[in-house]
Amino acid sequence: MLLIHCPYCAEARPEVEFAYGGQAHIARPLDPSALSDADWEQYLYIRNNPRGRHHERWRHAHGCGRFFNAVRDTVTDKFEVTYPAGEAAR
Amino acid sequence: MSGYRLPTGGRVDRAKSVSFSFDGQSYTGLAGDNLASALVANGVTLFGRSFKYHRPRGILGMGSEEPNALVTVDRGPGRTTPNLRAPSVPLHSGLVASSQNRFPSLKFDLGAVNDKLGAFFPAGFYNKTFMWPRSAWEKLYEPAIRQMAGLGDSPTSRDPDHYASTYAHCEVLVVGAGPAGIEAALAAAQSGDRVILVDEQEEIGGGALADPAQWAWLTDARAQLLALSNVQLLERTTAIAHLHQNFVVAVQRLTDHVAPAQAQGAREKLWRIRAARVVLAQGAIERPLVFDGNDVPGVMLASAGRSLALRFGVAPGHAVAVMATHDSGWHDALALAKAGVHIVAIIDVRDDVSSDLLDAAGAAGIAVHLNHAVIGVGGRHAVKSVTIAAAGSSAARTLSCDCLLMAGGWTPTVHLWSHAKGSLRWDADWAAYLPDSIDDNVIAVGGGAGAWNYGSGVAVSNLPSPKPVHQQKAFVDFQNDVKARDIRLAVQEGFRSIEHIKRYTTNGMATDQGKTSNINGLQIASEVLSKPVTAVGLTTFRPPYTPQTFGALMGHHKDALFQPLRRTVIDDWAVANGAVFENVAQWRRARYFPQGSETMDQAVARECLAVRERVGMFDASTLGKIEVVGPDAAEFLNRMYTNPWKSLEPGRCRYGLLLREDGFIVDDGVSARLAPDRFHLTTTTGGAARVLGMMEDYLQTEWSDLDVWLTSTTEQYAVIAVQGPLARAVIAPLVAGIDLSHEAFPHMAVREGTICGVPTRLFRVSFTGELGFEVNVAAEHGLAVWQAIHEAGQAHGIVPYGTETMHVLRAEKGYIIVGQDTDGTLTPDDAGLGWAVGKKKPDFVGKRSLARPDIVGAGRKQLVGLLTKDPQVVLEEGAQIVADPAQPVPMTMLGHVTSSYHSATLGRSIALAMLVDGRAKLGETIYVPMPGGTIAAEVTGMVFLDPKGSRLDA
Ligand SMILES: [Zn+2]
Repeated sequence: MLLIHCPYCAEARPEVEFAYGGQAHIARPLDPSALSDADWEQYLYIRNNPRGRHHERWRHAHGCGRFFNAVRDTVTDKFEVTYPAGEAAR
Repeated sequence: MSGYRLPTGGRVDRAKSVSFSFDGQSYTGLAGDNLASALVANGVTLFGRSFKYHRPRGILGMGSEEPNALVTVDRGPGRTTPNLRAPSVPLHSGLVASSQNRFPSLKFDLGAVNDKLGAFFPAGFYNKTFMWPRSAWEKLYEPAIRQMAGLGDSPTSRDPDHYASTYAHCEVLVVGAGPAGIEAALAAAQSGDRVILVDEQEEIGGGALADPAQWAWLTDARAQLLALSNVQLLERTTAIAHLHQNFVVAVQRLTDHVAPAQAQGAREKLWRIRAARVVLAQGAIERPLVFDGNDVPGVMLASAGRSLALRFGVAPGHAVAVMATHDSGWHDALALAKAGVHIVAIIDVRDDVSSDLLDAAGAAGIAVHLNHAVIGVGGRHAVKSVTIAAAGSSAARTLSCDCLLMAGGWTPTVHLWSHAKGSLRWDADWAAYLPDSIDDNVIAVGGGAGAWNYGSGVAVSNLPSPKPVHQQKAFVDFQNDVKARDIRLAVQEGFRSIEHIKRYTTNGMATDQGKTSNINGLQIASEVLSKPVTAVGLTTFRPPYTPQTFGALMGHHKDALFQPLRRTVIDDWAVANGAVFENVAQWRRARYFPQGSETMDQAVARECLAVRERVGMFDASTLGKIEVVGPDAAEFLNRMYTNPWKSLEPGRCRYGLLLREDGFIVDDGVSARLAPDRFHLTTTTGGAARVLGMMEDYLQTEWSDLDVWLTSTTEQYAVIAVQGPLARAVIAPLVAGIDLSHEAFPHMAVREGTICGVPTRLFRVSFTGELGFEVNVAAEHGLAVWQAIHEAGQAHGIVPYGTETMHVLRAEKGYIIVGQDTDGTLTPDDAGLGWAVGKKKPDFVGKRSLARPDIVGAGRKQLVGLLTKDPQVVLEEGAQIVADPAQPVPMTMLGHVTSSYHSATLGRSIALAMLVDGRAKLGETIYVPMPGGTIAAEVTGMVFLDPKGSRLDA
C-alpha cells in the first residue's frame, strides 16, 4: 500500500484514504460548444499512458476531501511530488 | 522401510510422546516433531500422489519449499485445511491428517495409469489435446481431469473459526530468524529502535536448528530477544508480501499447533506492518538435481536429511546415499554419519573435490565416487537402490540404499526482495540470482543475500546419463509434474521467453511457486537455447510467499462485518411491522410489508391499490441529500445539471438530470430552492456519494471561482413519503405554518413549517403519480413523525409500502430509475427525457457530447414501454428483444427489458425496455425469446397510467 503525501494536510497517509482521479492538467474547455468533434474527443477520451513520470489527480477522499495533483512513476509506483490543484505542472 | 528415530539427538522432547493419525492409521511421534518428521520416524515414505501422473511421492524438503507432501488436516467440521505442507504442520496430540490426490488409496491409485501414459502427456498437453471438440471438453475431459488431477478438496461447510488483523509500525522489520536475521534484530535493537522479527517456523533459528553446535548460542539469543522491550518476536508468522514503501503483510498462525480443544481465540492474525527499514534474512533453499527417478519416495534434499537427523532425531534412511554437485552435501553427509546414520556413499559429478572433504569422508569410512552421477533409482514406492555411472561411461553399478540425498547447491530466497521491485543479478558462482539494487530502504543479509558460505559447487542442468533425456523421468517441478524433457520440448516447439516456457510447461506455477524448480528450469532452457541464463530471463515472484487461508485475508470482514449495513431511523418500526427487506447500496430497505400469509406479489398488489385508491406511506430516508449553499449556488447547479436552475423561484422544486461529460445520464433527483442562495438537492440512493464527489471535483478543480459550499445531509434527514389521493387529509392535522391547499402549495413546491411540532421541509412531490408529500424532518424525529402519520392515517386506511411497490407505482407512470432503466450509455433523449434539457443553456456538464455524431444519429437504443400480448405474462428483467424470433442463432438483439412488473391497478403486466430506435417502433410487435418459448409484446409509450398527470393535481 502506497503512502501518499497530501499537500493540504501536509502528511503522508495510507493509500486507502485516497481516490485516484485520472490524468492531471486537463482543463475543461471554457466553451465546449466551440470545439470540433475531434477536439472534444481529445478532451474526453485521449489520455497519456507513459512509462515513467505521470501527472495524475488524487483526492484525499477520506481525509480533507480535497483534490491535488501528483507526479508518479508508473514503473516504480513511486510518488515524486504532490502539489495543490491549480498549481503549474511539476 | 526408510526412516527411524535415532537413539539420541534432535530438539524433540523424548519424554513426551504425541499420538496422531495419517490416512486413518494411528502413529506416535514426539513433542517438537512436525508431521513429516514424525511420519518418517514411523517409516512412512509415501506422502502423496503427484498432480498429473499420480506418481508416488515422499518429502523433498523440510521447509516451506516442500512441493510433494501436501496433506489435508482435519480439525473438525468446517475446519479442514487442504494443501498443507507436511513439514510445516506442527505435530500435536490428536492431529488428524490425510494424503491427497489419490483414489481409492495412496498405495493403490487408479490415476497412476497416467504415469504409464506419460508419453501422451507432454508439455502443453492440456492446450493441445483438449482444444477440440468443445462438447467433449465440457462433458468428458474437464470432469475427468478434475477428478484425476488437482490438489486437496476445499471444505464445503462454514469455517467456524475467526481471524484477527492488526497494523504495526516499526523502525526495523527483520524477516527470517536464522542466525543472520537474529543478529540483525539484536543489532538494530541496540539503538533503541522498535524492531519486529518474524519467522515462519515453530521456533526461531533457521539453519541453526539443524546444527547442534549453534544451539547454545540460539538459546541465549532468543532469551535476549524476549528480554528486549523494543523487540517484538513473531514466531509461526510468515511474511507473505513485501509491498510499496516497506509495507509488509504477514500471517501469524495462533492455534493450529495445539489440539482443537485447547485452541482459544483467533486462529490466525494478519499483520500489516509499515517499517522504516526492512532486513530480509530469508535464507536459501537447496536445489534438487535432475535425473531419472529423482522423485521416488526417499529421494530428498540433503538439507532435509540433515534437518530430519539433527533437528528431529530421525534418520532419513537406514542406508543413505548422497548425490552431490556441491560441498554442502558432503558436510551434510559427514554430519549425518556423526549422528549415527549409515552413509552408503557420496557420489559427486566433480573430480576435484577439496582434500579436506575427501579426508573427512575417508576418516568417516564413507565410500566416495567422484566424476560419477546417479543414472537411475530402483523402487517405486520407496528407494531400494541407486544406479551410478562415471561420466561418459555406460558401465553402471548399483548401490543398495533406502534413501538418496540430493545436494545441488543453493538458491537464495529473493521472493520478498522481488515483491518490493528489487533488481537481481546473476551470480555465476552461486548459479543463482542474488539481490542487487532496490529503491526502498531494504537490505538482504545472510544466505538470501548470497552472503553465506556453503562451500562451492557446480551447476548442472541434468545429471549426465547414458539414457536420452526424453526417456528419463527426471522431474524439474515436482508439484506440477514437469520433467526436463517438457522444457526441452517447449523450446523445440518455438518458445523462447522463460515467461512463455513457464506457462506452456506450467513449470513453477504450482502452489510452491517454483521454489525448488525455477532455477533448474532456467538452466535447462538456457542450455537448450544455447543462450546464457541472463538472456533467457527470470519469471516474477508474486505474493503470497506461501499459500494462505482465505480466513486470514478476510479477517473480521465477514457476516455482519462484511460491509456496513446502513439502517434508517424507521428501520426498527419496519422490523416490528413484519417488513421483508432488501439491501440497496448498503442501505437496508423495507421491500414490502406482508400481512398474514401474503406472498410478495399479493402484498405488493395490496400496497399498490391502497396508494392508488387511498394513501400509503414510504420510508424514503435513503435518498441522497446535498445542501448547496452560497451566492453562486444557482450558477453552479446550472452548470452541473441539464435543466435551467437560475430561473427557479425559492419555494419551488425541479427534477434535475445529471450527465457525465460524455453525455450519458449518471443521476437524477428532485431538488428544491429554499432561498436564493440555498438548495436542497436529492440524488438516487446509490448515487449520493458519487454525485457529491463529482460536484466537489468541478467545484474544486474547474470552477474554484464559484462561492458555493456542498454538505452531505443524507443521514441528517428522515424522509417520509405520503402518497395517494388522501395524502393531504392524513398530514393536515399534523402540519402547522403551511397552507396545504393546492393553490397555495402546488405540485413541485417546497414549504418550511412544522409537523408534529418539529421543523420540516415539506416537499409536494410524487414518484407515484398520485398527490404526494415528502416530509423531511431531522433524523432524530423521524420515527416519532412516522408513527404519528401512521396513527393519523388509520382513519384513511393508510398502508406502509416498500421499495417493490414503489418500483411498480413509478413504472406505471414511466418514471425511470437511473441504474436500472439506464446503463451508463443513455442520453436524456434516449431515456425520453429530452424535455429536461435546457435548450437555451450555453453549457452544462455533458452538453457538448449531446451533439456528437454518434449521439444524434439513428440506431440508438431508446426507452419505451412494452405490453405483452398475453397480459398475464410478466417479462423477465434483462431478457433480450429480437424482431424476428425465427431467425437463426445467434439472433440480432435489439435491446433488453429493464423493468417489468404485474400492475394490480391495470390488471396486467407492464414493462420498460431499451430498444433500438424504440420510439419509431411504437405499435409494432417485438419478441422476447425465452427458454420456455417466445413472448410477443407491443411497443408502447412509457406512461401506462394517467398520461395527462391529472392525479398529481388532486
Ligand atoms: Zn488531505
